[in-house]
Amino acid sequence: MKVVVCIKQVPDTKGGVKFKPDGTLDRGAMLAIMNPDDKAGLEAALRLKDQYGAEVTVLTMGLPKADAVLREALAMGADKAILVTDRVLGGADTWATSSTIAGALRNIEYDLIITGRQAIDGDTAQVGPQISEHLHIPVISYAEEIKVDEKAKTVEVKRQFEDRYHIVKAKMPCLVTALSELNEPRYMTPGGIFDAFEQEVTVWGRADLKDVDDSNLGLKGSPTQIAKASDKVKKGQGEKVTPDSADEAVEYLVGKLTEKHVI
Amino acid sequence: MSLEEYKGVFIFAQQVDNELSSIALELLGKAKNLAEDLDEKKVTAVLLGSDVKGLVDKLAEYGADRVIVVDDPALKDYRTEPYTHALASVINEFKPEILLVGATAIGRDLGPRVSSRVHTGLTADCTSLDIGDFPLEPSPARETKHKQLLMTRPAFGGNTIATIACPDFRPQMATVRPGVMQKIDPIKGAKAEVVDYNPGFEENDCYTEIVKIVKEASAVADIQAAKILVSGGRGVGSPENFKILEDLAEALNGTVSCSRAVVDSGWKPKDLQVGQTGKTVRPQLYFAIGISGAIQHVAGMEESDIIIAINKDENAPIFDVADYGVVGDLNKIVPALTKKIKEALAAKG
Repeated sequence: MKVVVCIKQVPDTKGGVKFKPDGTLDRGAMLAIMNPDDKAGLEAALRLKDQYGAEVTVLTMGLPKADAVLREALAMGADKAILVTDRVLGGADTWATSSTIAGALRNIEYDLIITGRQAIDGDTAQVGPQISEHLHIPVISYAEEIKVDEKAKTVEVKRQFEDRYHIVKAKMPCLVTALSELNEPRYMTPGGIFDAFEQEVTVWGRADLKDVDDSNLGLKGSPTQIAKASDKVKKGQGEKVTPDSADEAVEYLVGKLTEKHVI
Repeated sequence: MSLEEYKGVFIFAQQVDNELSSIALELLGKAKNLAEDLDEKKVTAVLLGSDVKGLVDKLAEYGADRVIVVDDPALKDYRTEPYTHALASVINEFKPEILLVGATAIGRDLGPRVSSRVHTGLTADCTSLDIGDFPLEPSPARETKHKQLLMTRPAFGGNTIATIACPDFRPQMATVRPGVMQKIDPIKGAKAEVVDYNPGFEENDCYTEIVKIVKEASAVADIQAAKILVSGGRGVGSPENFKILEDLAEALNGTVSCSRAVVDSGWKPKDLQVGQTGKTVRPQLYFAIGISGAIQHVAGMEESDIIIAINKDENAPIFDVADYGVVGDLNKIVPALTKKIKEALAAKG
């Protein structure tokens, strides 16, 4: 069985958010990590490797420095790594990104594609389902559990909704988007780290993408366009008091609640 | 694609178990609002399901002028492929200028798949939608297009905000965060034009099979519907100590919610979590008690009408968004506040 995991290198927004003195985001100072949902997807794939001897390939689209997350994936136990990088792919929205990744995936064999539900920088959750549409394969989003029946060539997934879950069965090849709740990703092993830096990462550019028109790639191939982007403006500050006693604090708050007709 | 052929604001009227989701009504409210600034004023709801005709009148009462109904057994429970086929077929047949979908567990799966099928852009998890020019300011580099959908959304875990347009493709598609847009006051007895449409459903390899449905009867309150939220963070100290917040909430007829740290510590269920990775809320009154105010949390509650923060750390960022901030010990202040509020309410009768 062949499993491909799509991963993304993202700035760490959890706790590690850094601001410049002028209050804007300091992206350069933030740590670049493997997106957490993608890491859970990779762990799920590695469990299929442990269980069924599946071959696990990791694929990312990004800048050349995204090589780092591929090496991390290899050190965790992935078998092969592919980096899709090309200047013409820059500025892509989710449509152009998914067209690019689909173009890369058409070159390789797969039974199961796993992506993270969403990346912590964009939070869109769109690229996984969009890849599946470009490849004309079924998608199951928000997976909390993934089970494979190798013989029947089906996958059974616990698919989360707000107030329920569905157990959904799909024919392979199929794409599943993973929630970080899916599992606790393993650590890299020392031997794995050593080997990961010896291993070759396949690098593909625009010319290696199959059956994708230029009009679907990069900034030019992106239907959505940014009209304005800004770091969030903080709301004007309200009042802050430091009362001497709890009674004084309560008196202050009751006063405000009365003024606002809450009580 | 001739963009002029695409007219009107459409919304995906999500239903689950033949009950309309609140988001469907919220989207109708926003759609009405957007249509006022467009040439085509008619708002259309797209209702997909099996035996769902009974929901048409409620959609009309909340602002739908027309309801396109695709009623087919294939649409009984949500599955990506038949729903994508139905919605994409409606787009191709009826050509909406704008299509709004809820950013729910269904909409965030359906939206991307549909946008790919019809080849248009999709902006995720919008918190604000307007009609205006693109580019925002006239630019020699490109022709200004009027009456475009301007979709605003937070990114980077709520640290940045971007406004996005889709000027050259139709429909302009957005998923919208639940709890952000306002429903209209229902117009009793309102009727909508009903259009039955069925594109035909043929099973293919993309169809999945639902083996089992397990409803997780939620014993917890709907924090998005609450008018008053009493929200606690790690500073509350222990799951037991949430009792003092529950007492305050009870006195005000409010609901308890919490921050991510509380959910991560296992003190409260995820359904009560406010923030970028939890729920977006906009109650009339929001108490942030023992919550430091990480940006992820603030992203989910800053639209609240009044924010009161109680925290012992005077440098806690929550004070930057609070209307009224009190630096002090929540263990002393909260129980005393509850007592005073009860007295005040009792005095009023």
